[in-house]
Amino acid sequence: MKPGEPQLRRNLHHATRGIRAKRNAVVAEVPDWEELRAAGEAIKRGAMRRLDVLLEELEAAVQAAGGHVHWARDATEANAVVGDLVTAHDAREVVKVKSLTTDEIDLNQALEQRGVTAIETDLAELIVQLSHDWSSHILVPAIHRNRSEIRDLFARELGLEGLGDDPEELTDAARRHLRQAFLRARVGISGANFGIAETGTVGVVESEGNGRMCTTLPPVLITVMGIEKVLPSWRDLEVFLQLLPRSSTGERMNPYTSLWTGVRTDDGPGEFHLVLLDNGRTRVLADAVGRDALHCIRCSACLNVCPVYERVGGHAYGSVYPGPIGAILTPQLHGIPGDADELPWASSLCGACADVCPVKIDIPRLLVHLRSRVGGSDPALRLMGFAMEGRRRFEAAQLGRVPGMRTGIGLGAWTKGRDLPPPPRETFRQWWRRTRG
Amino acid sequence: MASGNGRGAGTSAARAAVLARIRAATRGEALEPVAVPRDYATRSPLEAADRVDRFAERVAEYRASVSRVAEAEIAQRVVVLARERGARRIVVAPGVPEAWRPDGLELVADRNLAAPALDRLDGVLTGCALAVAETGTIVLDGAALSGRRALTLVPDWHACIVRADQVVGSVPEAVAAMGEAAAEGRPLTLVSGPSATSDIELRRVEGVHGPRLLDVLLVEG
Repeated sequence: MKPGEPQLRRNLHHATRGIRAKRNAVVAEVPDWEELRAAGEAIKRGAMRRLDVLLEELEAAVQAAGGHVHWARDATEANAVVGDLVTAHDAREVVKVKSLTTDEIDLNQALEQRGVTAIETDLAELIVQLSHDWSSHILVPAIHRNRSEIRDLFARELGLEGLGDDPEELTDAARRHLRQAFLRARVGISGANFGIAETGTVGVVESEGNGRMCTTLPPVLITVMGIEKVLPSWRDLEVFLQLLPRSSTGERMNPYTSLWTGVRTDDGPGEFHLVLLDNGRTRVLADAVGRDALHCIRCSACLNVCPVYERVGGHAYGSVYPGPIGAILTPQLHGIPGDADELPWASSLCGACADVCPVKIDIPRLLVHLRSRVGGSDPALRLMGFAMEGRRRFEAAQLGRVPGMRTGIGLGAWTKGRDLPPPPRETFRQWWRRTRG
Repeated sequence: MASGNGRGAGTSAARAAVLARIRAATRGEALEPVAVPRDYATRSPLEAADRVDRFAERVAEYRASVSRVAEAEIAQRVVVLARERGARRIVVAPGVPEAWRPDGLELVADRNLAAPALDRLDGVLTGCALAVAETGTIVLDGAALSGRRALTLVPDWHACIVRADQVVGSVPEAVAAMGEAAAEGRPLTLVSGPSATSDIELRRVEGVHGPRLLDVLLVEG
């Protein structure tokens, strides 16, 4: 969504406000919420310090339970591992449960190049996939679409004619369409909300049941997990199973949580592969301040309170990780200097994100830290910095006396997903002199 | 695949590289462990009777139905619920005791039924491993009373029997109780109401891919 599209902005406003209210209500009823946050933060901080040990422990536990573990330095390697496994099982299509990690590595495209169709089974992801669109929100990716658009989409792409635009009816249509895919799939693909080193247990938290379908019915399950998702001990779940659902969907508990350990005879897939993905995460780890971004449990609470996100929407961040968390995670994952260096500026530093973060990531502090790391490397930002350094320069820029400031020349990348409204022709001082306020 | 450590040289080189990057990024830090302050509540303050009431209340908020019954009334109640839900042929988890199994419905034993066969049945009757009062959650653990995961996933109606003494107060108590199943490698499924989505304009719709109808029989006495 580009800012200034009123319908889309209204949808987003409605969504963030609605989820925010639900989240606040279920957090308020937990008297020990702050203690849970403190524990969640410490568990994550401790896990990052001995990530190597924990990953080896997780690997051994998964193998002991009959699973296979693969490692991938980057997206290309991860996609090759998954692609080879799918091809080895002669599967022409796979069913997928919503996973930001597989979005991050463009797995669907990589599979398509091998002639394999990846079917997104989360309702919103299906909508996004069918409309060849991007997700605009971590939790409700199709929130920028309204019901009649979805009805038309189902008619066009799935051949489902004569549907009404009632959400119940549309959901039922998706259920019928996907049921056959679940029943015939040979391979299921998922992400992971956590992998527990102590037991080798992997978990997926969801609402619709498509996660259970993907991780239970196909004979082969492949899970792509970012290395930062490892938790040391089984007991740690008692913290995250409270923090995550309340922060994310604003529920006391999400409808379904699946926890599996390797493979189980006659129950679920006979073959399980866990792909451990780096793809920039060790680069984030190397920054002792910036690494806190790896503590993120992908709840999206920070998106819902962010005044910037609420106005610009998820697409403006140009990444699968939007909002405040995206502004600190994406530039680090991509490397600094890199193509996401301007994201740490997409914030007013109001601090609302830090207040709601269930693992207490101090997002404003990281934003400031990353701004200093990016330094003046971006020409557009250098230009802005020059122009905004003092009143005279700013007025000169406003009146067109600094090249590029009115026209956006040199701001090509910045304006790809955003509008750059030209400054008014009249400066504030001129306006004041003319009208006296 | 013979070994569990991946698919040959490519991924083992990746393994070595990722571990080396982590060690370079965190050099010396493993020596300073982080203490985890577990000052949060690990036990619910609720008394047993209040726990059961709280569970019933919270489950109902997810728009699942809750019937509070005596043990002798279970079978009869299942028949009534099945009628309401239009279910005639239902699969039964192997550990469900004879006394809970109703007459008047076609009960199908789970002889490792394939998913398409389960898809042709109207419902499933199971017990559970435990339940959580504060979140209204049912825990299924793959043992005989809960049944295989597919049983409680594919059919459209799930009737789940929860004994009052299976209800624990809080999430930490539940996680502790699930530890043994996890250590044994049994899959665990936490169910909090019927499947749901809010993906279209944030309007909540019950029933997407899992059972659209969840009826809980809460057995007291």
